[in-house]
Amino acid sequence: MSLKAKAWAVGVGLAGIGEAPGMSHLDLTALAVKQALDEAGLELGDVDGLFAANLQNVFAPLNVAEYLGIHPKVSEGTQIGGSSPVAHLMWAALALDAGLCDVALVCYGSNQRSAAGRLLSPSTGEPLIYETPYGPRYPISSYALAASRHMYEFGTTREQLAAVAVAARRWAELNPLAFMRDPLSIGDVLDSRMVCDPLTVRDCCLVTDGAGAVVLTRAERARDGAKPPIALLGIGQAHWHRQISQMPDLTVTAAGESGPRAFAMAGVGPRDIDVAELYDAFTINTILFLEDLGFCAKGEGGPFAASGAIAPGGSLPVNTNGGGLSCVHPGMYGIFTVIESIQQLRGEAGERQVKGAELAVSHGNGGHLSSQATAIWGTAAAV
Amino acid sequence: MTGPDQAYADFLAAGRLCLQRCRACARHVFFPRVLCPHCGHGELDWIDASGKGTVYATTVIRRRPELGLPYNLCLVDLEEGVRLTSRVEGPAPEAVRIGMAVKARIIEQDGAPLVVFDPA
Repeated sequence: MSLKAKAWAVGVGLAGIGEAPGMSHLDLTALAVKQALDEAGLELGDVDGLFAANLQNVFAPLNVAEYLGIHPKVSEGTQIGGSSPVAHLMWAALALDAGLCDVALVCYGSNQRSAAGRLLSPSTGEPLIYETPYGPRYPISSYALAASRHMYEFGTTREQLAAVAVAARRWAELNPLAFMRDPLSIGDVLDSRMVCDPLTVRDCCLVTDGAGAVVLTRAERARDGAKPPIALLGIGQAHWHRQISQMPDLTVTAAGESGPRAFAMAGVGPRDIDVAELYDAFTINTILFLEDLGFCAKGEGGPFAASGAIAPGGSLPVNTNGGGLSCVHPGMYGIFTVIESIQQLRGEAGERQVKGAELAVSHGNGGHLSSQATAIWGTAAAV
Repeated sequence: MTGPDQAYADFLAAGRLCLQRCRACARHVFFPRVLCPHCGHGELDWIDASGKGTVYATTVIRRRPELGLPYNLCLVDLEEGVRLTSRVEGPAPEAVRIGMAVKARIIEQDGAPLVVFDPA
């Protein structure tokens, strides 16, 4: 069974990108939901499928539905880290195709920056007893270990890692919503404070507030909205481990499975993709996902990034909103890879617009390089 | 009944680094559990590990000076084929290298036994 083009994004919303003092994560979520429904020409009462996970509510769909005053027939809240909202697209498409619901809402919000000023992570509340006595600093230490291994095996350099952050910043300079837009150089990244070798603070994502929402319907209803509907052409998931010590090879992520599954469903390949939104919690992530999704060979991610290929004007626009590194990262970033793909394919990304973009990939990562979820999007012309 | 986590901790407290080995597929297992993640078999025997390993990945965790000195965090592959989170003691944290041969040692930390490694 294929879920190709069974679900169409008809509305997206963003709220509180950057700093939103005084607002709760549910306030921000609701603002994003309202915007997404307005775009779609739908009302809250039309939503009968809810897909939500966050870092503040164990029973997130219950909190979100209660706040919004909706009575969903389908509720899904699988929490597999930052990739969750991308993974939820699989269940939303399945539920829509099966007729279990007619309007699916995928949403996420966090006030991480204003409320706490630090990462609210399930990792801190769930001791991993064979790791925590050694004082890991979750999640960065796990990603630093992966970076160390990539450098050892492939000769990846700190300058190549820094090139990922610089490319993200150059995109952010073109996005008025992005939280950090000051110019950033390779030297700035290398000279900033070392947090976990080889990663400096500029190799790390932001800590911001923010929320995002996506409304999806079946094809027959998708043409009713004000915006061009964007089709979910392919979706894939994979995960192999929870703890970084259990990851079989720190240079190979499960995106090597989720990506091919999504591409196969969509009937397209990496070479066909016009724009890629890859969950960049740390600079090593982008390099790993470029490789594992097939945009370059294993071990070539560093040189590929350093060549300028992923920056504005490059051959593969990556993280065109500025990414988690420079645009927004409220604890879990996955929903923002989805929203930026849709905005690019609608042709409404302003100065950062990738001209003529028809196919986009949204890739979510969760845990400690643990869970991977890949979505392929297309315009109506690309279906 | 002693579960696998407690059994592992009891061995450590007695000065032994022990791993599980699957009675069916003979592969070693860490972290401790009640079934083999390689083949699903339910009988796992405890064996004494050699303690010999190789650093697989390494980092230095930096802190604000008032919170203490930087320290090493690494992953060590034991020759039995399992990987542990640990640290290498002795060398400066940034001098710990991937590929370095190391040997396990059991210390006490915060009142509990803990496995660390020394350069071999």
